[in-house]
Amino acid sequence: MPISRKATASLLIATCLLAGCSSANDDAGDSGAAPTGDYTVWDPYPQFDDSSDWVKLLSQCGTDAGVTVKRTGYDTTDLTNKALLAAQQGNSPDVLIVDNPVVSTLADAGVLTTTDEVKVDTAAVSPNLLAAGQIGGKTYGIPIGANTLALYYNKEVLDKAGVDPAAIKDWAGLTAALDKVKASGKKGITFSAIGTEEGSFQFLPWFWGSGANLTQLDSAQGVAALTLWTDWLKNGLAPNSVLNNTQTTSWQEFATGDFAFSENGTWQLANAKKTGFEYGIIPIPSQAGGVAPAPTGGEFVTAPIQDDTARYAVTEKLVNCLTNADNAFTTDTTLSYIAATEAVQTKQVAENPELTVWVDAVKAAKGRTSDDLGTKYPKISQPLWTGFQAALSGSANPQDALTTAQTTAAAATK
Amino acid sequence: MTHDVLTRVPAETTVGTRAPKKQRNWAAWAFLAPVVVYLIAFYAYPLYRNLDLSLRDYTVRSFVRGDAPFSGLDNYREVFADATFWPALLHTLAFTFVSIAFQFAIGLALAVFFAQSFRLSATLRALFLVPWLLPLIVSASTWTWMLNSDSGIVNTALAAVNIDPVNWLTSPDWALTSVIIANIWIGIPFNLVVLYSGLQAIPAEVYEAAALDGATSWQRFWRITFPLLRPVSAITLLLGLVYTLKVFDIIWIMTKGGPADASMTFATWSYRLSFGNLLPEFGPGAAVGNLLIIMALIFGLLYIRIQRRQAQ
Repeated sequence: MPISRKATASLLIATCLLAGCSSANDDAGDSGAAPTGDYTVWDPYPQFDDSSDWVKLLSQCGTDAGVTVKRTGYDTTDLTNKALLAAQQGNSPDVLIVDNPVVSTLADAGVLTTTDEVKVDTAAVSPNLLAAGQIGGKTYGIPIGANTLALYYNKEVLDKAGVDPAAIKDWAGLTAALDKVKASGKKGITFSAIGTEEGSFQFLPWFWGSGANLTQLDSAQGVAALTLWTDWLKNGLAPNSVLNNTQTTSWQEFATGDFAFSENGTWQLANAKKTGFEYGIIPIPSQAGGVAPAPTGGEFVTAPIQDDTARYAVTEKLVNCLTNADNAFTTDTTLSYIAATEAVQTKQVAENPELTVWVDAVKAAKGRTSDDLGTKYPKISQPLWTGFQAALSGSANPQDALTTAQTTAAAATK
Repeated sequence: MTHDVLTRVPAETTVGTRAPKKQRNWAAWAFLAPVVVYLIAFYAYPLYRNLDLSLRDYTVRSFVRGDAPFSGLDNYREVFADATFWPALLHTLAFTFVSIAFQFAIGLALAVFFAQSFRLSATLRALFLVPWLLPLIVSASTWTWMLNSDSGIVNTALAAVNIDPVNWLTSPDWALTSVIIANIWIGIPFNLVVLYSGLQAIPAEVYEAAALDGATSWQRFWRITFPLLRPVSAITLLLGLVYTLKVFDIIWIMTKGGPADASMTFATWSYRLSFGNLLPEFGPGAAVGNLLIIMALIFGLLYIRIQRRQAQ
């Protein structure tokens, strides 16, 4: 008898461990009955813990709306599939903060509400940033902030080579500068041309900067952009390791102090101060001159569809709280992002003049899923990265590589 | 295994009297239940789901709604027609067989070497286990650094002896070789340990007798060690095959299957289809995964067949 009782007890414990028994100590505060007690928020910022400004802001927004916010930070690459699975199981979070090119995928899956359903005012948001979340005339979220790419330069290396970064306005000027740097014994430029979305993200400023369009990868302009990259590698102006570089490893190369330029994002600003050498930033030039459109990075605040539509009232408060001018300023400073609205951008520049070049870059930037590409974009991006990898590794010339890419992309988006 | 238990229990109960039979049956089922539940929940259902995924036309929308239309073998046709298919198949086979051949040969050589106990042999043997103890992400990342085209230690060493640098991970001619080298290094300890324990089971008298008959050490290896080690070798090779077929982490960390698919295998391809893109393609991804399972199954059946023939 005592044995069986012990067994029952241990079985119970085991079941509890597996199924997650909740006993008397449910969350304090709300007495349970109302489903409005807990609101879940998923974000792709696992680097922030409960003591961070970001999580404090989330809790504050919850308190203001009279609810408790339960927040989980996921790795950004995991979040798409997590969100899809949650939607399949019918337990989507109330607020989902997700990378901007994913918004169209989730919207296509019927997972997200539009900004009309959950009343979110997007009027102040810059149209070029909002476009990434718009499909078929509907808007599926609001950007929390944006980041994009520009060229960091090492002042010392450029001085030694006799290059004035401010004079670089087009591709020819940049290549000439790289040649001078190489002649002075230093290395030219590093970027990330890895065979993933990250590589496509880094290639797009050059691709778009030539005037090429994602619907025609093998246009003369597209080939010109890829030839620019390929020639840099061929002439030793960029290292061969770019083929395997993520943006982080490419940054590490730049941080050694040997490189003149690094194509990298707003998020490296904090690290740039730690490098120990003087740095500066110029926008990525386009082929003919002027600022090239770089792809926008950064997340959208979205509201996944719930069975209980009564929840939207609180969700609306949460979304608006996270994206209103004051909080957006705090959040974007924490995340090292540029704000999505003109007003907050002005405030950011006033506070930190260093951000001017980034604000300009963000204004010229373009969403990858914009131009109503939506879910077609991923099917174009993959052939594109396979294409530039083929050309850079020397297994095909730029023209052939992009012709193959276009054939694959056209078949996939048909 | 469950099959064994199921058939044996009733056979035994027929001997007993009528009343306890039912009870014993219940007890048998109760004991069996955890295993059955476990097998169904963690093996049968996922396999079924994977098969189901590969036979339906999934878009993100139908994935969420669960109403993907049945599309027969369309996903498989799509996978077979994909330009990545033949290169990926070739890479998978090359990766698997070259890895296994080297892992087994080196592992066996080391096992024979360490079988003759000498001073420090235990310490040295322990050192060979290091690749096994390291998390794959650590060893693969270290290989990535070492093989870096511009700042890697391997190219620096080559430069010291006046050999031109090799683009290990970024050249289409070398990427597959590089991941194979890393995988061989990681797989040696497993072969060493299993084969070493197999060697311990060979009775010393056989060697003594051979030595008395004047057999050279070469003859002793080929006439005694190798044949007597055959059952252990067979299982080592089979486990190695199944394990190497599905190797994913090393390749993904070192090259992401690139440059331009030059080191893409079925495992990395399946991952890229299902998770490595902004827009998941679960159907084709599951189809490639199933092809991998079928390949492993063929090798498994081959092993059983060889084992049967040996037993007869």
